[in-house]
Amino acid sequence: MGFEGIGAAVRRKEDQRFLSGSGHYTDDINRHGQLYAYIRRSDRPHARIIAIDTKAAGAMPGVAAVYTGADMQADNVGGLPCGWQVKNKDGTPMAEPPHPVLAVGKVRHVGDPFAVVVAESRQAAKDAAEKIAVTWEDLPGTASIADALAPGAALVHDDVPGNLCYDWHIGDPAATDAAFAQAARVVKLDLTNNRLIPNAMEPRAAVGDYDRTTGEHTLYTTSQNPHVIRLLMGAFVLHIPESRLRVVAPDVGGGFGSKIYHYAEEAIVTWAAGKLGKPVKWTAERAESFLSDAHGRDHISSAEMALDAEGNFLALRVKTLANMGAYLSTFAPCIPTYLYATLLAGVYKTPVIYAEVKAVFTNTVPVDAYRGAGRPEATYLLERLADVIAHETGIDRVSLRQRNFIPADAFPYQTPVALQYDSGNYQATLDAALKAADWAGFRARRAAAQTKGKLRGIGISTYIEACGIAPSAVVGSLGARAGLYEVANIRVHPTGSVSVFTGAHSHGQGHETTFAQVVSDQLGVPFEQIEIVHGDTEKIPFGMGTYGSRSLAVGGSAMVKAMDKIIAKGKRIAAHLLEASVDDIEFKNGAFSVAGTDKVKTLAEISLAAYVPHNYPINELEPGLEETAFYDPKNFTFPAGCHVAEIEIDPDTGVITVVNFVAVDDVGRVINPMIVEGQVQGGVAQGIGQALLENAVYDGSAQLVTGSMMDYTMPRADDLPSISVGTETTLCTHNPLGVKGCGEVGAIGSPPAIINAVVDALSDYGVRHIDMPASPQKIWSIVRAGRSRAAA
Amino acid sequence: MYDFTYLKPSTLPEAVSLLSSDTEAKALAGGMTFIPVLKQRLARPTKLVDLAGLGLSGISVAGGKVRIAAMTTHMTVADSPDVQKAIPALAKLAGGIGDKEVRHRGTIGGSLANNDPSACYPSAVLALGATILTNKRIIAADDYFQGMFATALEPDELITAVEFPVPEKAAYMKFPNPASRYAIVGVFVAKFPTGARVAVTGAGQSGVFRHAAMEEALGKSFSPEAVGNVPTDAENLNSDIHASAEYRAHLIGVMARRAVAAAG
Ligand SMILES: Cc1cc2nc3c(=O)[nH]c(=O)nc-3n(C[C@H](O)[C@H](O)[C@H](O)COP(=O)(O)OP(=O)(O)OC[C@H]3O[C@@H](n4cnc5c(N)ncnc54)[C@H](O)[C@@H]3O)c2cc1C
Repeated sequence: MGFEGIGAAVRRKEDQRFLSGSGHYTDDINRHGQLYAYIRRSDRPHARIIAIDTKAAGAMPGVAAVYTGADMQADNVGGLPCGWQVKNKDGTPMAEPPHPVLAVGKVRHVGDPFAVVVAESRQAAKDAAEKIAVTWEDLPGTASIADALAPGAALVHDDVPGNLCYDWHIGDPAATDAAFAQAARVVKLDLTNNRLIPNAMEPRAAVGDYDRTTGEHTLYTTSQNPHVIRLLMGAFVLHIPESRLRVVAPDVGGGFGSKIYHYAEEAIVTWAAGKLGKPVKWTAERAESFLSDAHGRDHISSAEMALDAEGNFLALRVKTLANMGAYLSTFAPCIPTYLYATLLAGVYKTPVIYAEVKAVFTNTVPVDAYRGAGRPEATYLLERLADVIAHETGIDRVSLRQRNFIPADAFPYQTPVALQYDSGNYQATLDAALKAADWAGFRARRAAAQTKGKLRGIGISTYIEACGIAPSAVVGSLGARAGLYEVANIRVHPTGSVSVFTGAHSHGQGHETTFAQVVSDQLGVPFEQIEIVHGDTEKIPFGMGTYGSRSLAVGGSAMVKAMDKIIAKGKRIAAHLLEASVDDIEFKNGAFSVAGTDKVKTLAEISLAAYVPHNYPINELEPGLEETAFYDPKNFTFPAGCHVAEIEIDPDTGVITVVNFVAVDDVGRVINPMIVEGQVQGGVAQGIGQALLENAVYDGSAQLVTGSMMDYTMPRADDLPSISVGTETTLCTHNPLGVKGCGEVGAIGSPPAIINAVVDALSDYGVRHIDMPASPQKIWSIVRAGRSRAAA
Repeated sequence: MYDFTYLKPSTLPEAVSLLSSDTEAKALAGGMTFIPVLKQRLARPTKLVDLAGLGLSGISVAGGKVRIAAMTTHMTVADSPDVQKAIPALAKLAGGIGDKEVRHRGTIGGSLANNDPSACYPSAVLALGATILTNKRIIAADDYFQGMFATALEPDELITAVEFPVPEKAAYMKFPNPASRYAIVGVFVAKFPTGARVAVTGAGQSGVFRHAAMEEALGKSFSPEAVGNVPTDAENLNSDIHASAEYRAHLIGVMARRAVAAAG
């Protein structure tokens, strides 16, 4: 065994299980006597439910029950709650229309669930569901933000005027206006951030179980945060006390945010299992995933930067319209506000900023956090704007960025949009990325491409994000209805092996490896003797789960706090056994020693003494060696970095090939460089997907056109270049590990780097901006227009 | 999917009689198209007659013709040294269909019976002037394709094999749909002593079609330059979120030029 502590590229423990097909996912769970739920979903974008006739369905063979929204209401089932309340400019709360588990009165998007059949087999449930007869009154529907805001637009919720969820702002409008009035120049850019469909490899699934003898409900679900689901579903929807509700999120095959939220199906199976006294299982088909997993992004923005004559950023003004979909998903309101507009300073020292955000209901699948969540939208806006500024002022795009960077000696740095950055060195990541990408040699590569008839472009993005979410009091003051600390319980067993019970949840991130590395490093226990337990509310203390790149920054910090307690207690036991003063005991490499002597007790010896307390300071200390710590972060963490993309265009077809991609990120201390590299590569793949391929398209009547993989383009291996990943480290100053988080940087930094490269490649064709995805058809139109202009 | 009876006959006449005695019975080849249709409950056959037991697979080359039996998979065609030697363009086309899993199951007979307007094989069959052999008759390529998902096949008629004349040269160029990887535009060009044939798939509103203007141009000079500027009328072409009719018309030109260049 080599070094397996912090900084080692240890192979992922969990991969043995995942790669050999022995992972245990929700759909692998089958309970005795289990029934199957099939959900009828609306195929209409917007319609009034005049009547639902379930009689014929109920009479089908093998059917245990057919339920509608009315049945759930009659049973006092609550609506799906929203976990964040954003306030309007005038201080009034946002519109928060009810979100029934099964639609009542109206359906509001294609995919909206309105009835469920529970039967002995999936097939029987599906057969019966077809027999549910509905009388509809179709209503006009729209997927477009602009149409939903237009005067006289049909209302998604009858009691939400103008389809406006909230009209929010941040920053100083007067100071911004004043700066604009003095500007030497103003550069404007309108842009959209395309709607994405997450598509985790594992579709969502849920199994509800009910034990008549104890009255205990169990929900197995594909979730990133089982305790959050237990809290929301127990308290608001089904009114089950925590002591009677267990939520288990076993192996989960990818989440990317889409498995944070409390979904209707979780409540349906739990409730139906209780009603029927039998386990009930539901597994999404891929087509259902497209229509029911929360989507991501979907912004329309206009931005303008005020500049002085030298290209210094004086003020930024941003107006954004954000699509919420038909209902508020669990954390939807905070994404285009506190995770977006607060990031509009970026890595720049823009002194004043004013941003206005309107959130709008439309007849579409609800939109919520998707890898990056708000921060990719902010980064895309800023980094596209920076390139347009460079283009229009004639200032080199790298120099423009450098000139406006927050300098390395300016930390802690207070931005004009609420955040305080603790540390960073943007010049360092920039320099490393430019070097790795051979920015200086680009001209020659462009010329070489030209001789082959190809247009080559290079693009850069210097980004920042806020993660490690978040100080509970801060987010509470901003409208969060939850605390965002994390918890760890560390149990040192009698012979010195260790179990860690963490509130973070791994759905592909490799926590079983990185967390064990941290514990091995700090406690000196061999890596293979450390077990990481997560995902079961019956086993772990109340934790908040994994999203927003928070697991290590917040969950890891809780682990360190718990280990500190273990070490403190161990020192007292060691002092007793070694007959020394506690102050003289040192802990190093898994052993307690009396300073300056060779008197030593290993952690295993101390632990054995704690569990077999024959010779033990029993009057002062409890037996056992197990500690729990809750860690509430002091601030967000601020990973940042520089991405460089190089692309080639085939002008005859418009096809773009990404020929090189370099990411240099500052993610704070690196626990496992191999896992960081994997996380960044995965994020970049999704970012390239957004920039070039992915787009959720609704038609004019709000039908989802890209409802399957036949039309929705997920990035595949052959769409991607080999992605070079580097790190430059400044430590986070306010958490014990100095870590910042690496889960989202790839998806945040990459889209503007790609689009900047595409625009660069087309610089001779008079193009200023291209909306994502930069599809071959769009590129071909630009090339064609450019060529016909040149010919004219 | 809905319930059905699965049958696997071992002779062709048996299979045909199962199909002709029940109009709701359907043939199953590789299932790569048909199984998804069943899973989405878009079809409700009474019986599935699996053609895998009929001995209908294999490739032979004789008398200037390549004969591929109906149940031969795309992978077998792609990997066949005989096809690679006689009509390399055909092997290459088969190797570019779908993904590996699809190529191991999907068959030439299934593809042609289905006649998806963006499938690859129809362009090869039409451009090479192949003949479709069925349990009843021989159908010339020019008579076989009758519009989107429509063919000359009768309900109880089964494709048994396809016979391709060996051209002097040929090539297929596909511009794939970025999501499905089927053809947004696929152009197959073939040069015979009697002239050139060009077939376009993916683009036409009525499925695969021959491009008369390009054939004429190539008949005069089989060169990329000859075909590159032959325009295609966008009028009868498909339009979708990935490609407008105009863009498709343009791509037909580019793919044709590249196909001719690749044919050498
Ligand atoms: C992911 C994916 C990607 C694909 N990409 C491509 C692509 O890039 N290009 C492309 O061309 N195709 C593509 N395909 C389609 C693929 O080639 C299919 O295999 C083919 O279209 C159908 O062949 P099959 O053998 O699977 O037929 P089946 O699905 O079994 O049958 C299709 C239809 O043909 C009928 N049929 C089958 N055999 C016969 C016969 N011998 N006589 C009469 N009727 C018959 C059946 O009754 C059925 O109606 C793709 C498919 C998938 C799933």
